[in-house]
Amino acid sequence: MSVRQFSVRVNGVERSVTAPSMARLLDVLRHEFDLTGTKEGCGEGECGSCSVILNGELINSCLVPVAQADGATILTIEGVCGHEKLNRVQRAFLECGGAQCGICTPGMILATLHLLDRHPHPTRDQIREGLNGNLCRCTGYMRIFEAAEKAANSESGAVE
Amino acid sequence: MRSYPADYELVTPGSLNAVLQLINDEAGRWTPIAGGTELMVLYGAGRLTARKLVNISLPELRGIVEDGDSISIGGGCSFTQIRRHPGIQKHFPLLAQCASWIGGIANQNRGTIGGNLANASPAADSPPALFAYAAELELISVRGPRRILYEQFHLGYKKTALASDELIGSVILPKRFNGALGYARKVGARNAQAISKICVAAIARLRNGRVVEIRIGMGSVAPTPLRLSRTEQVLLGATPNAATIAEVRRALSSETAPIDDIRSTTSYRTLVAGNLLEEMLRAFAGASP
Repeated sequence: MSVRQFSVRVNGVERSVTAPSMARLLDVLRHEFDLTGTKEGCGEGECGSCSVILNGELINSCLVPVAQADGATILTIEGVCGHEKLNRVQRAFLECGGAQCGICTPGMILATLHLLDRHPHPTRDQIREGLNGNLCRCTGYMRIFEAAEKAANSESGAVE
Repeated sequence: MRSYPADYELVTPGSLNAVLQLINDEAGRWTPIAGGTELMVLYGAGRLTARKLVNISLPELRGIVEDGDSISIGGGCSFTQIRRHPGIQKHFPLLAQCASWIGGIANQNRGTIGGNLANASPAADSPPALFAYAAELELISVRGPRRILYEQFHLGYKKTALASDELIGSVILPKRFNGALGYARKVGARNAQAISKICVAAIARLRNGRVVEIRIGMGSVAPTPLRLSRTEQVLLGATPNAATIAEVRRALSSETAPIDDIRSTTSYRTLVAGNLLEEMLRAFAGASP
């Protein structure tokens, strides 16, 4: 029977879903959990719009069957910071103009957080590599890289 | 998304032994899925013909074991694990470099070395380093493990030596290349998220300006990833100079069969494959005393 119950911890909250084992994690997040901040851009793991952090690693949720996410801890863009506050990465993107249409932005922010976890003061080349799986059609990337640098140089923690 | 999830089944037997038992009991019925970075792309495009999948994302396949003689990389290790391992960085830097070529960071976090080899694309990024480092594979099944040289793994286009009830248990790299010169380069349309037009990795030792040891692996020039045995023969005992380079290009032509495809052309690949080997030889000549 391919339809089963799966449990995940999403943004600190235990959730369960009854779904086919091959339902994509992306679709479970968007359609079952109403977490529509994670986007579908290409559906083939190339654009990074669907990026989430799963068990501490940046992954493309369009490529993960929900059965392989059973028991996992997931962070989506909605969990990056609480309501009415901004994480330093979000604030930097705003201040640097790092978003236009916004569709790449949730993935870009998660990729930036994932990068800064590992390289707290990344070089420009490390930023380019850290974000190499996140495509943007609007900004030309420069303001996104500046936002990543600004975030790295600012204090961590939420700001109003 | 062009597939109906309810048409598919993904089972998680939960242990390596249970998985091996299943794919033996019902040989050919269950397609193993590890990181999913290949199969889920087909699935999303409505082109995954396999309807029954078995989850081989297992802790038993994700270990990296290092001893004095070798490093054994579990078939389920991700390319991120491989890049981060200090022993691999030190003893097998070309493999860490090839791992960095794969997709983007998110793909490296999920894609596995076993998947890269079992999928057997001729353009795969890790095979050149495995040829350079004389890798062996341990293939596992309910009948027990067996070892083969990685060179014996690819039998034809997307056809490998894996039996229908076998998995790639581990990739074993012998620690005998310390002090050797290394070269690796991938040519693609972008610096990331690009399938190669050509990729190459090689190790060499020179003495008094002559090549005394050389191993070259190349991708995207044949139906399988290739060890350039004839080119190596031309180089053994030779000094890297203009005449050698011309002979190398001839040997390369004789043992490769690059094609026109969506990514590149025969003529581009032929020219650039030779150019990369020339760049490699200049680097080796410059680096050796």
